[in-house]
Amino acid sequence: MQVYLDNAATTRVDKRVIQAMKPYYSKLYANASSIHLLGQRNNLDLMEAKERISKIIGGEARSIYFTSSATESNNMIVKGVALANRGGKRNKIIISEMEHPCVRESAHSLKEEGFKIEYIKPNKKGIITKAELEKIIDDKTLLVSVMMVNNEIGTINNVKQLAKLAHDHGAYFHTDAVQAVPYLEIDIKKMGIDMLSLSAHKFNGPKGVGLAYIDSKIKIKPLIVGGGQEEGLRAGTYNLPGIIGMTKALELAYNERDEYIKRVKELRDYLWKEMNKEISDLKLNGDLAKRVPANLNVMFYSIEGEAILIDLSRQGVSVSTGSACSATDLKGSYVLKSIGLDKNYLNSNVRFSLGKYNTKEEIDYTIKCLKKTVKRLRAFSPIK
Amino acid sequence: MALNYTKKTMDNFLKPKNIGQMKKADGYAQIGNMVCGDQLDFFLKVENGKIKDVKFLSFGCASNIATASVMTEKVKGMTIEEAKKYPWQKVSAELGGLPSQKQHCSVMAVQGLQKAIADYEERQKDIKETPKKKTKTTKAKRVKTKTTKAKPKATKKAKTTKKLR
Repeated sequence: MQVYLDNAATTRVDKRVIQAMKPYYSKLYANASSIHLLGQRNNLDLMEAKERISKIIGGEARSIYFTSSATESNNMIVKGVALANRGGKRNKIIISEMEHPCVRESAHSLKEEGFKIEYIKPNKKGIITKAELEKIIDDKTLLVSVMMVNNEIGTINNVKQLAKLAHDHGAYFHTDAVQAVPYLEIDIKKMGIDMLSLSAHKFNGPKGVGLAYIDSKIKIKPLIVGGGQEEGLRAGTYNLPGIIGMTKALELAYNERDEYIKRVKELRDYLWKEMNKEISDLKLNGDLAKRVPANLNVMFYSIEGEAILIDLSRQGVSVSTGSACSATDLKGSYVLKSIGLDKNYLNSNVRFSLGKYNTKEEIDYTIKCLKKTVKRLRAFSPIK
Repeated sequence: MALNYTKKTMDNFLKPKNIGQMKKADGYAQIGNMVCGDQLDFFLKVENGKIKDVKFLSFGCASNIATASVMTEKVKGMTIEEAKKYPWQKVSAELGGLPSQKQHCSVMAVQGLQKAIADYEERQKDIKETPKKKTKTTKAKRVKTKTTKAKPKATKKAKTTKKLR
């Protein structure tokens, strides 16, 4: 049996999404920037896609820019806003300690441009609180970037509250919302979000398409220049099949949201309950209630995460780990470090992220395999 | 990050040889890698200057387990002098190569073995020099201080391996 429990990494594309994309490869392949009728026709579909997306996430359609990934969107926003405002009185950028590497690295790269980077610490439950942001925000802050949902532990941040605090100090607010679809309702205007990033492949859409929402009042320096696409903010031929796929996937995700959330939460809770019943000495990382219903991040005492992952993998169960051994730089998860997990436990963690296609049979099989794996590895662990 | 373990590495991870504890070992050492956080414990049984038996415990990744497994297989039966010189490159080669970021696992396995041999030799000295004073408590103490002393050394070496790749 193959059980895919790594949906926070990427997801299977919904067949209906593939159907929606197909014509744009075979018949409607014209360049959406071309002047001829075929090009104009596709340009209308592109504009319509933005309208359709804005109906779901709120905000204005014209503030939506398509990119190749959320990584690109986050680079575009964090670096672009900073570089457009370089030399002004606001030279501070605040990000949370739990941001995805693409936000962290983008922010780091701005140090040499004269920006000061400061970090908001999450609490022990894995939440970024208003109180922590309040400690470091000031009138020199240009941008605050806090993710809506953390990718490793699935915890949810109250971005509305954080955005308001940023605005009170005259700063812009950006949120990486990649892991939030469809678990949270996104309303850009109501939440006070200035900028937001999404990635299609995280919600059963195609890989290679991302989205950056950038409020029209914000000055931004483009990173990719060329043919002037996306109002000059992001050059490169429009990936129309991808854009149509992303739009369709987002619509499906929100149209079928209630039923999906109910189902995935049941499965996740069942997995957690059975795990506790069958396996001793484990601990959940991050708050159970304030997290998306598809995520579990569990510490298995005295055994190493990568060994668990490989052992599960050869039984057909795909999971993920933040263990140092799984990283090229041999550093343990900075997210788990930031929520204060003891260093002795840092390499014993496994992330289970469920998705649209998981079944109860798969969860039962996972428990069976996990029980075997943990027993085998613990039998020869020197840590008692 | 993708990991391409060889079949032999996977086999040694799934069915590790010489795994477990040893009662009344002639030499023992625990080694930890301060960079990646892995840990290995080695137990030696020595007879007539040869490694009669060797066992290990692991808190580590698949390649940590596999390297210790294949190395213990190779050094069993070797003389102490041969085992001391067993190079980490051979461990990696035995497995058909390791991903670059996993080379340090073979270094750690070899260092752990060397440390266990050093402990064995230390115990031999004790037996020769002060056979009467040898009590259980002093023995335990000695092993403990050795462990802390050797730790920074392990880190240094691990760093050098990182540079190698």
